[in-house]
Amino acid sequence: MSVAAAVGRVGGMALDAVRGFGGGTLLLGQTLGRLLRPPFVAPRGLLEQCLRVGVESVPVVLVTGAFTGMVLAFESAIAFRRFGSEDLIATVVALAVTRELGPVLTGVMVAGRVGSAMAAELGSMRITEQIDALVTLATDPVRFLVVPRVLAATLMLPCLVLFADAIGIVGGWLVGVKALGNNPVLYEKRTLQYLELADVSVGLAKAAVFGATLALVGCYLGYTVRGGAREVGVAVTRSVVVSLILILVFDYLLTAWFFG
Amino acid sequence: MSAPAAAPAASEAASFLQVRKAYGERQVLDGLSLVVPAQRILVVMGSSGVGKSTLLRLLLGLEPYDAGSLRLLGHEVARLGPEAHARLMLRVGMLFQFGALFDSMTVGENVGFALSHVRRLPRSETRRIVRETLLLVGLKNVEQLRPSEISGGMRKRVALARAIAHRPEVLLVDEPTSGLDPVTADAIGQLIVQLRNRLGVSVLAISHDVQLAFRIADRISMLHRGRIVAEGAPEEMRSSPNEVVRQFLAGRAHGPIPV
Repeated sequence: MSVAAAVGRVGGMALDAVRGFGGGTLLLGQTLGRLLRPPFVAPRGLLEQCLRVGVESVPVVLVTGAFTGMVLAFESAIAFRRFGSEDLIATVVALAVTRELGPVLTGVMVAGRVGSAMAAELGSMRITEQIDALVTLATDPVRFLVVPRVLAATLMLPCLVLFADAIGIVGGWLVGVKALGNNPVLYEKRTLQYLELADVSVGLAKAAVFGATLALVGCYLGYTVRGGAREVGVAVTRSVVVSLILILVFDYLLTAWFFG
Repeated sequence: MSAPAAAPAASEAASFLQVRKAYGERQVLDGLSLVVPAQRILVVMGSSGVGKSTLLRLLLGLEPYDAGSLRLLGHEVARLGPEAHARLMLRVGMLFQFGALFDSMTVGENVGFALSHVRRLPRSETRRIVRETLLLVGLKNVEQLRPSEISGGMRKRVALARAIAHRPEVLLVDEPTSGLDPVTADAIGQLIVQLRNRLGVSVLAISHDVQLAFRIADRISMLHRGRIVAEGAPEEMRSSPNEVVRQFLAGRAHGPIPV
């Protein structure tokens, strides 16, 4: 590849990124505008999306949360053994799960499961003219398709994180107490001793931001598909990649903001 | 046979005046003028890729046009705000080429969409109108089926039912017979004529199906190189001296229409 071609390619990618950022921000503005102005989101549509985003994601979030807590307990036990402070395993598991791993891993799992499905569904609707059909039936596609999905993900992610937090701590307890033989009373005491409400609530706030992000990314990339099945596939893949990157970036920014 | 004559406003369902539209370097509509007469069936014929579907997309406000004037039911579509546009859409029905049925909904929900979601009619009233409209297009007891569970011909009928359920004044039809067998295609053509007769709708159909055009049209327009190059009643078009029309009707590869 020549230098000019390489520069052109990088420039094209930068333009795509800027276009995506602008388009996504615009869609966020449109979504917020429609959220605040009547007619408000239809309860049935919102409930349907809450079921898809929330209820149907519970099993995968429980499995992820449980194993995260279990692995974390093992890993931290290796370090704490060297200092003779194995009772602090419980504290590390509780803080790491509620502050970081619960929200981030739940966001990652839901981005893969739900965000990509949103991109696929809206992308298919775009290429089969179903979104155009909505317009011809006097219906605003952003209000009908995007608003309930974004709202549902924003509301449901914190609920899922509560599940992930709880099961993560239980997983850590199983390893810490049952596998490593720590004193159960001391383990439970250490779990609650240093855990503050702020740790949990900040994790939930992060989860709401991650939910809005993954839903907006999925909806935007699906909504703006042009072409055919191949482009829908590209949008699906891109929605996962972009969501994961944004979740990690927002995680850092929110952590720095809340705890910095 | 001539360029479309300017008709009094009340007798027009829609009109294009010197409309231009380009996609990048490609000029699709190049000063197109066309009048859709009220309560008549106008079929716009033209070869594939000539911009027929673009006509409908511009008329519906799905895409902006670059220049000219485009009026639908007396409204300049480009100047309408979102709410006025939505109100106008309730006076228009659109049959998409491949139906564009919402595959997450049942047939009944598709047909009753505008009635329940936009007009917010009571459920019983919506159900009654849906049943009546499905009967009008020759379908019975299909409300609970999904679009994926019915044949292509039925899907087209359901899409037509959805387009007319809210009793529009103008019906826009994009390639109504594409992908259908000749018998089903004929039935769809007859349905469009019946709807015009029963409901008094104005119809703008675009098609490359010559048989359909001559079967249903009150007037036929020929689109070529971004403009209407000939227009008239079906019998006038049959004897048209225009080379584009003659080539299209004869289905010849050689002539002014590029292959």
